[in-house]
Amino acid sequence: MIRIANGQGFWGDWLEAPVRLVEQGPIDYLILDYLAEITMSILQKQKEADVALGYARDFPPLMGRIASKLRQRNVKVIANAGGVNPIACALEVRRVAPQLKVAVVLGDDIFPRLDELMAAGHAMANMETGAPLSTIRSRVLSANAYIGAFPLAEALATGADVVIAGRSTDTALALAPMVHRFGWKPDEFDKLAAGTIAGHIVECGAQCTGGNCQADWKSIPDMANIGYPIIEAEPDGSFVITKHHGTGGRVSLDSVKEQLLYELGDPLNYITPDCTADFTSIRLKDDGADRVRVSGIRGGPRTPMLKLSISYAYGWKAIGTLVYSTPEAIEKAQAADRIVRERLGQLGLKFEEIYTEILGWNACHGKAAPANANPAEVQLRIGVRGEDRKAIDRFTRELAPLVLNGPPTATGFGDGRPPVREVVAYWPALIPRELISTSIEVFEP
Amino acid sequence: MKIPLSRIAHARSGDKGDTANVGVIAYQEKHFPILVREVTPARVKAHFGDLVKGHVERFELPNLGALNFLLHESLGGGGTLSLRVDAQGKTLGAGLLTLEIEAGEAEL
Repeated sequence: MIRIANGQGFWGDWLEAPVRLVEQGPIDYLILDYLAEITMSILQKQKEADVALGYARDFPPLMGRIASKLRQRNVKVIANAGGVNPIACALEVRRVAPQLKVAVVLGDDIFPRLDELMAAGHAMANMETGAPLSTIRSRVLSANAYIGAFPLAEALATGADVVIAGRSTDTALALAPMVHRFGWKPDEFDKLAAGTIAGHIVECGAQCTGGNCQADWKSIPDMANIGYPIIEAEPDGSFVITKHHGTGGRVSLDSVKEQLLYELGDPLNYITPDCTADFTSIRLKDDGADRVRVSGIRGGPRTPMLKLSISYAYGWKAIGTLVYSTPEAIEKAQAADRIVRERLGQLGLKFEEIYTEILGWNACHGKAAPANANPAEVQLRIGVRGEDRKAIDRFTRELAPLVLNGPPTATGFGDGRPPVREVVAYWPALIPRELISTSIEVFEP
Repeated sequence: MKIPLSRIAHARSGDKGDTANVGVIAYQEKHFPILVREVTPARVKAHFGDLVKGHVERFELPNLGALNFLLHESLGGGGTLSLRVDAQGKTLGAGLLTLEIEAGEAEL
């Protein structure tokens, strides 16, 4: 049995979680998931500004903080912290933790190869709209292929203390140590699917150990000290989801089921670079306090295509807010919205979308929200998006005046004009698997 | 009799682009058939009204006593494009649990 713990569900997750996982009990592997779909474009911009950047900057300081404990307890780290510059990330880890051996997985970044690939006839069409990549080629900011578990396992086989990848899938981080230690082969679909589903359960950190859990949430103990998830993986593909003894939160059938359903599409066909997994084959069993046993998982062969994560410059947006108090808070907010729209119209400004919500009334649930004709206060929230930055900028001047020249009781404008933000959009596409080859670079201590 | 869905089920929701997913899970396995009968794609779409611009798909996971719904075109463009406060559909699961369903005394 090996213990694989996830200490980071996204870049920005709790800084203490990975440290506590290493300190508060036995684990063999610490995995850290830093990348969301849009993160790569932010990192690409940072790299363009400074060639030594372009990776998850939280990661090297964390390695510095826990390096001696990792060696003491023989814990290996696997992280997709490399972003668009995994070598720079590795060099920084080596600088702050020189005693660690670091292996880097390369080959996911196809940004420099885009024109060559398009010339060879690969359309990289948008999976949602069908449009070929050529329609937005000049605006592309980053392009990466999702890498599976086998290249990560190869990196572990070098004996590295830390494996750094770029755009690996979240689930591959958990599956890789199982492939490495149990010697699973690419055609052992059921086992690969099991490891993939274990990865799916832990990939959002504490979201399977009581965080964001609707089932009886008020009874979940000690959330301030919530334990992050640990997979106890067996060579046959079965596993237990648990957390360190004495930590807060709860691992239960309910908490694990909620996370299994999170961001799920077709449960019969969960596609990763390593295999397909069948979520209807999962068998869960209560295995005592804060332990859930998972077994029975079936899988199928990997698909011939790999998914691409491409980001591109889309336009601009801004979101402004004002608060109105009772009486008639909703009516006041609605009147203010009409005034803003009329004034924008008079200016002749064009937007792709103007979207208004009234927080405190029905913004989250629409008509499903409980009726409340007289809330104590509401927040008017108006957003605009478009290609013309000047129009978006002009919009940000239109809310403050309402404090004096609109309906009564407008307040909550202490932070001034809302910022204009660049919109970087995501372009999901596919590419034949054989066009992506990976390699490993090792940095000895 | 009429009961809120929250009496027999819990839920979690998330996003994939402009599509929200809502997983609805029966607390007790014996209530799964009630979910299958009562929580239809048409009722989910009607429950959220204008919020869901596209169609609603449903998948069954009897092994977990759960249904998975995909609410297409429900996140204002999704991801970074969305101007909605709940751009990732995080609250839609809780929203669906207010759905009123019909259940017989005997099956509860």
